[in-house]
Amino acid sequence: MSLPIYATTGQKIWYYTFRVIVGLILFFLIAPIIIIIPLSFNAQDFFTFTPEMLALDPEGYSLKHYRDFFSNQDWIRPLKNSLIIAPFATIISVSLGTLAAIGLSQSHVPFRRGIMAILISPMIVPLIISATGMFFFYSQMGLWMENTFGISKSLSGYIKVILAHAALGIPFVIITVTATLVGFDQSLTRAAANMGATPTVTFFRVQMPLILPGVISGGLFAFITSFDEVVVVLFVGAAAQKTLPWQMFTGLREQISPTILAVATVLVGISILLLATVELLRRRSERLRGMSPT
Amino acid sequence: MAEQVLAADGTPLKASLNRALRRQKMRALILILPLLLFILATFIYPIGQMLFRSVENGIVGETIPRTVVALDDWDTQANDLPPAPVFDALAKDLAVAVELKEHTRLGSRLNYELSGISSLFRKTGRRVDDIGEIYTDQLIALDPAWENPATWVTLMADPDWITAQAAWDGEGDEPAFVMSATAIDLLPQTADIYADFVRVIQSEDNDSPTEEEPWHIVSLALYQDLIASPSVDIPGPLGGLVSTAAAAAPSFETEDVIATFADVDDDWTNPDVWETIYTYSPAYTNGYFLNAIDLQKTTDGVEWQPENEQVYLTLFLRTMIMSLTITFSCILLGYPVAWMLANLPARKANLLMILVLLPFWTSLLVRTSAWKVLLQNQGVINDLLVWVGFIADDNRLALINNATGTVIAMTHILLPFMILPLYSVMQTIPISYLRAAKSLGATNWTAFWRVYFPQSVPGIGAGSILVFILSIGYYITPEIVGGTKGVFISNRIAYHISSSLNWGLAAALGAILLAIVLALYWAYDRIVGIDNVKLGG
Repeated sequence: MSLPIYATTGQKIWYYTFRVIVGLILFFLIAPIIIIIPLSFNAQDFFTFTPEMLALDPEGYSLKHYRDFFSNQDWIRPLKNSLIIAPFATIISVSLGTLAAIGLSQSHVPFRRGIMAILISPMIVPLIISATGMFFFYSQMGLWMENTFGISKSLSGYIKVILAHAALGIPFVIITVTATLVGFDQSLTRAAANMGATPTVTFFRVQMPLILPGVISGGLFAFITSFDEVVVVLFVGAAAQKTLPWQMFTGLREQISPTILAVATVLVGISILLLATVELLRRRSERLRGMSPT
Repeated sequence: MAEQVLAADGTPLKASLNRALRRQKMRALILILPLLLFILATFIYPIGQMLFRSVENGIVGETIPRTVVALDDWDTQANDLPPAPVFDALAKDLAVAVELKEHTRLGSRLNYELSGISSLFRKTGRRVDDIGEIYTDQLIALDPAWENPATWVTLMADPDWITAQAAWDGEGDEPAFVMSATAIDLLPQTADIYADFVRVIQSEDNDSPTEEEPWHIVSLALYQDLIASPSVDIPGPLGGLVSTAAAAAPSFETEDVIATFADVDDDWTNPDVWETIYTYSPAYTNGYFLNAIDLQKTTDGVEWQPENEQVYLTLFLRTMIMSLTITFSCILLGYPVAWMLANLPARKANLLMILVLLPFWTSLLVRTSAWKVLLQNQGVINDLLVWVGFIADDNRLALINNATGTVIAMTHILLPFMILPLYSVMQTIPISYLRAAKSLGATNWTAFWRVYFPQSVPGIGAGSILVFILSIGYYITPEIVGGTKGVFISNRIAYHISSSLNWGLAAALGAILLAIVLALYWAYDRIVGIDNVKLGG
């Protein structure tokens, strides 16, 4: 919708005003995320630009908040915990979720709507309610695991948080994988069966490679859900399972330290990587299915 | 009649097809089943369990069972104190509860309904073991045998248990106590409380009733039994001992239990305390739900809470209003962006799309910390405004720890959820409709308002419901940037779970919130369809 050559002055003014407005809104969306990046290199413990920074004086910048992030046990341990919990939760969500999504996309599934509603529910129910329910459930389950199997309190804590996060990630896997399966040509599996492949071989050699992009983006969603989750881990986990978002939350609520900006910058970097991966996968799968000309 | 079509193996084709279909259904279900069970067990069941807590109220009946039964006969309308047997029952219940350390839990539970009860129970708990001491002393004065735990065991225990106990070698647990049928028959009240005494001694203290002197309250019960049946005749060696006590009982110096309770704390003579206990004695209550909407249960029926304690309706209303404000801001900011995205050439649109998707993918905590930093009194935004000369340095805007902070931060966080559905709807509206309208003489505004806008309404609906559902359940962002005036109902739920420990009320508030969300979600399903939930465009 470029401006036609015969546009009146009023139309021209509106055309450019509208672009400025949209630009401002996009600025509102992106600026808060971008602005913390330079702020995280602040040499002072301030949350605003110091005169030295504005003058682009190298003295005004430093890596000290990053050094703190990577040397302070208060941040290292949560980072490790996040990196333990998120992958395991993702593995559970993806394996169970992919199977169920394949089941759901068959042509004759009784109670399909009802099952779908139940499987999607962790995404619909407000987190605080899920967290409350899980708080009671997992405290009993933790005791039961410790007494029955004699496992340590810390291990049972990790199991609890991993299971809770797996449940939260499942809707994302279901949604992305079923969406990918919509474009999956069922006659391919029939053709494979026709040529003598067992269902397992068909699954791994024919179906899986084709739906892999969907599975991976579902997995990334599940990963980020767990990696980014605070409310449930706050209620279900113990101090030993403190994750990175939990530590950030505590930091923000109590004594806010500028290290949080360094952590945030690192996380933004991770988000950019994940976003790029998901976009590439989405385009690839659309191209494969011939759904998009770009 | 048409000939039946047969499959290759000779079975009717219809049956054969049905069987294949059934097998297909089974295979689909087997694939779904593990996940379905997982979600049912670790998600649906816990939520059901939590919702059950909002009506469950067994603690009163379990901790003070005798009192609950005795209170049944109390006339609540008379505005009097309950009769003496109720106090006796409470003394017995508390004697047991104090030993099991359960009276403080009950106190905290009832304290949610009437503040002060918690300390009342704690205070009474420290004195309750003295009740009945006067009877113990008089029994011992009558015959020193009453001081001997063995006397009580011989009187109360089943002969078989005494034999078993004597044969017990001290290894492992003592044989479970068996009450003698005669004692239950002839000394019912004593047997009742003595049973609790033995239970506590055996299970909690790992001691034996043969070693421990009974509580004073047991003497009180014995006194009551003896007064009730003065001619009691206990068979066996202790018959004489008991009849002597029965003969002496009428002349015993007595203790007024009501006066003892009143002496511990005046509150026990306050009918309000008793009304609260009475109101909350059933095993299930709607009290938590009533409290969640600022009502309270009284013996006269349901009433409003006192003016200064009405917080929840305001909070629900505030949650609604703020969510609406956020939704509306999202429409206002999202609409132009979505329009732009939908009408730009694909290459440019994809570039702009990244600006929308990056915040969507960025950690919620990162975005919230960014706003916390930006909105501070000494933060970037205020600094900028001061530098521009918009506001004076000593008159910086309060942007954080209030409703403004919550609305700004949450609009930013939820904006992508508005833009993405709007964009996908707008993509399907041909721009040529606008040109057609204009060529028929419509002004720019008329063409937009009468032609384009009505077609984009489904997108607004979908985005609005999505944003609204997400925002009314938000916890993290309001907690950090909302201060006290900008918090939502979720923050109150979290407070009751982790600080005040009033779990029933938290569950009731959660149930109401869940009902609202599910209703909206149902609407979303009707308008957009559950299968059309898309992620990241």
